[in-house]
Amino acid sequence: MSDVTTFPWLTLIIFFPLAGAVAVCLVEDQQARWIALGVTIADLVISLPLWWSFDSGSSHMQFFEHVAWIQTPPINYSVGLDGISLPLFLMTAFLTPFCVVASWSAITSRVQGFMAMLLVMETAMLGVFAALDFVLFYIFWEAMLIPMYLLIGMWGGANRLYAAIKFFLYTLAGSMLLLVAILVLYFNGGHTFDILALSRGTYSASLQTLLFWAFFAAFAVKVPMFPLHTWLPDAHVEAPTAGSVILASVLLKMGTYGFLRFTLPMLPDATITFSKLMIALSIVAIIYGAYMALAQSDLKKLIAYSSVSHMGFVTLGIFVLNQQGIEGAVMQMINHGITTGALFLCVGMIYERTHSRLIKDNIGLAGPMPRFATCLMIFALSSLALPGTNSFVGEFLVLAGTFLWSKIATALAALGIILAATYLLWMVQRVVFGVPAAHGDNRLVDLNPREMATMTPLLILVFWIGLFPNPFLSRMHTSVGKLLNGQTDVLGARMTPVHFAEIEVKASRRVIRDHQDGINSGR
Amino acid sequence: MTLPLQDILAILPELIVIGTACLVLALDPITPPSHKDALAWLTLAALSVCLGLTSSQMSVRISAFSDIVVIDPYASFWKILLYVVTGLTVLLSLAYLKAERLHIGEYYGFILLTLSGMMVMVSAADLLTIYLGTELMSLSLYILAGLKRADSRSLEASAKYFVLGAFSSGILLYGISLLFGVAGSTRLSAIAAATALRGVTDPILMVSMVLLTVGFGFKLAIAPFHMWTPDVYQGAPTSVTAYMAIASKAASFGAFLRVFVEGLGGLRGDWYQLLLVLSIITMVLGNVVAIVQTNIKRMLAYSSIAHAGYALIGVVVAGKLGGGAGSNGLASVMLYLAIYAFMTLGAFAIVGMLRKGTLESDEIQDFTGLAKREPLAALLMLVFLVSLAGIPPTAGFIGKLYIFMAAVNAGLAWLAVIAVIFAAVSAFYYLRIVMVMYMREPELSVTPEPRFEHSPALSIVLACALAGVLLIGLFPNMLVSLAILAVPLMK
Repeated sequence: MSDVTTFPWLTLIIFFPLAGAVAVCLVEDQQARWIALGVTIADLVISLPLWWSFDSGSSHMQFFEHVAWIQTPPINYSVGLDGISLPLFLMTAFLTPFCVVASWSAITSRVQGFMAMLLVMETAMLGVFAALDFVLFYIFWEAMLIPMYLLIGMWGGANRLYAAIKFFLYTLAGSMLLLVAILVLYFNGGHTFDILALSRGTYSASLQTLLFWAFFAAFAVKVPMFPLHTWLPDAHVEAPTAGSVILASVLLKMGTYGFLRFTLPMLPDATITFSKLMIALSIVAIIYGAYMALAQSDLKKLIAYSSVSHMGFVTLGIFVLNQQGIEGAVMQMINHGITTGALFLCVGMIYERTHSRLIKDNIGLAGPMPRFATCLMIFALSSLALPGTNSFVGEFLVLAGTFLWSKIATALAALGIILAATYLLWMVQRVVFGVPAAHGDNRLVDLNPREMATMTPLLILVFWIGLFPNPFLSRMHTSVGKLLNGQTDVLGARMTPVHFAEIEVKASRRVIRDHQDGINSGR
Repeated sequence: MTLPLQDILAILPELIVIGTACLVLALDPITPPSHKDALAWLTLAALSVCLGLTSSQMSVRISAFSDIVVIDPYASFWKILLYVVTGLTVLLSLAYLKAERLHIGEYYGFILLTLSGMMVMVSAADLLTIYLGTELMSLSLYILAGLKRADSRSLEASAKYFVLGAFSSGILLYGISLLFGVAGSTRLSAIAAATALRGVTDPILMVSMVLLTVGFGFKLAIAPFHMWTPDVYQGAPTSVTAYMAIASKAASFGAFLRVFVEGLGGLRGDWYQLLLVLSIITMVLGNVVAIVQTNIKRMLAYSSIAHAGYALIGVVVAGKLGGGAGSNGLASVMLYLAIYAFMTLGAFAIVGMLRKGTLESDEIQDFTGLAKREPLAALLMLVFLVSLAGIPPTAGFIGKLYIFMAAVNAGLAWLAVIAVIFAAVSAFYYLRIVMVMYMREPELSVTPEPRFEHSPALSIVLACALAGVLLIGLFPNMLVSLAILAVPLMK
């Protein structure tokens, strides 16, 4: 909280897209596209300095801003970033321009409305990751429901009405319980909505249990954790490409971010109590999601279920409650955002050409579309955590963290990686290398420069994080360490015998060093 | 006997309203039909004078006519809200009556008479005076509800409203007479003293408390006394429906809270339990039945029932806690109704002005594809519906936030959980309208096609409602401090 910047940098980044949304409403279709692109890119540019000016050695909230907003009860506009929220904040700013570009030719009706909704979404998403006041967080969290509902419902597929209302009601019902939990915390945590102050408070075990489940209702629906995931395949399949990218890349992360920012620091005892159950649900999600993905004939549904599986890794990493697990989880949140977002972009590109998302209609694209086939291949390999790509770093760290907790759990979770390889490679085998049936009269053209321009930065990031993850990890070390330090007592008790755990930590560090140049988990 | 000048001055706003009402009624026959609008502007002028008078006395605390009437911040809060709502209703009526081809000058006179009744209700400190105010309000509303003389639904609404309203007035009067028997006076202060003397176990007090609850329950349209609401709201002219749903509910809450806090405060341990049950029934019934409605005015009727259920939570908190924390519960009710006024008025304004030729299109299917035909109207409706559903950053969220906060503070977190679950249910039917407007194609077979009738007066109404919904949503400080200033102190 020490870094009070004089210039409201974060506020500018958060609300600039909102101003863009207003501007977009006033112009013609084509201009709306350009304005939206300009605004999102400008927003990315002004947010990049955060990456370099972030002080990795500090666990304080940085770029902190605080303005009193409502007097009774004290609700403040306070924003700031730490090592956990910074990567997510930047990832959001990074991915939104791709959503605009992906909608360039795919969205032809009511373009201004579409772009305005995207920009409103960006403001809300950035706000969620930066908010340091619980009510402010809740306002941003809820404010994105309506734009997302409209994105799915107005520009979605055939069954969009059902998918949109299902998405809306699932998430609303969960987050309304969060509101009550926030208010209960207010009265038990010293009459404040300040997230940092609430995180320092101690709450009775029974209260923690109740709050844990209220938080769970909100966050687990968003993640989505098994068995609350059923809205996801519907929403993904019906949403337009940009909607799917935002859903997969950012919205799902808000759930896991909620666990990290609220559940773990505020409710440590309940977290320990229920961590076994959460881990079990995570492993079920990993395996179940993977099996469901195997059975899909629709590409979007396949990736949607793979998201359930991959997000299982994230929640697994969070609830094993050690440094490797949580850092792996945060890494995996970023990686999943990039890789799955890219896969949805790929499906969107196929759909624009063949107007079908079914695998059987899109067989053997390597011949007519070599550039596309290469991109799809790379992102699929990244998704199955091939060493050298980004997801390997995250999933490896999660598995290393899980190994410290239970070898059986690790083995079961690793099964998910094998299954991921199965469904993804099988998909790639058919879509890229299959023998094409008669393609009808579709004329398949390879990626145009605009589409290559969206793929290239994502490809670079896949390998950059895969080969040099240290800049990412180093920025989260201190914050994750602080998150866990709040719970050392309980954790220490659980990880007995201590020396055994230490050996394991060392062993896993060595393994990481051996496999990945550049990863340095030593602190 | 000479009337003291001080007392007359205290009720000057009421006198202005009643005087203007008489003036409007007198001028109506000699005003040519083309100039009936002038009566509306006269009404607005009177309202702005009253607004100025009352807001200048916001922190004044005086009583007049041997304590029958009190002017305190609490009464002023409700009066200011009522002026604003009445003014906006008059503007809406300017557009609406023209579209309905209703050239009736008395309309504005009856609106003002209704207002004067409401003003008496919120500033009376005597049960009989409150009853008089209630009757003045109700009788004028019965007439207004039946104003579309050619429309049988409007007449049905008026008749139904009259019969059930008279019935409920009888119950209210019965409760008042029992209290008079106990206290020997109808003054709220005397009743409070008698309650303290007789103790809370007195069965007569119990019976009269229940009767008052029932009587006010009809006026507030809370379940299970809501049966008249859907039919009356659907049949009455839409501008009148808006006025009933907002102003009469606000004034009834104003009188209801004063009677129960200042008069029956000693029984709060009993009435809060009764109201707790009613609040749950109201929220459940209003929200669940609203789902199956196909007429948007009926849907909004059930939604207004549900909103009364949310507001009741604040009253329950006040009854359970008492003292300063209880006052916070009351403040949340006042805040909620002020916010409810803006969003409901906006929604009704859109409904009333979406028309098929000369007919109102109040079926939900008439909204199909509205976003394509009338993008601005659809967007405004979206904002009002989102606010009604309580989703930030609109005012509806702020209203719910304070209500739930009061509930959690009173150890009623479970009640807040029930309320949020049904708030999620309500989102379903509000969003159904959004879905119909934005996600369905306009039906080409419908002739004549529903159009939105624009007019300058309507634009002012919609702009004010929108400003209220967004500004209170983003900067609620002023309204919150006003409500806290105005709230009556609980013992």
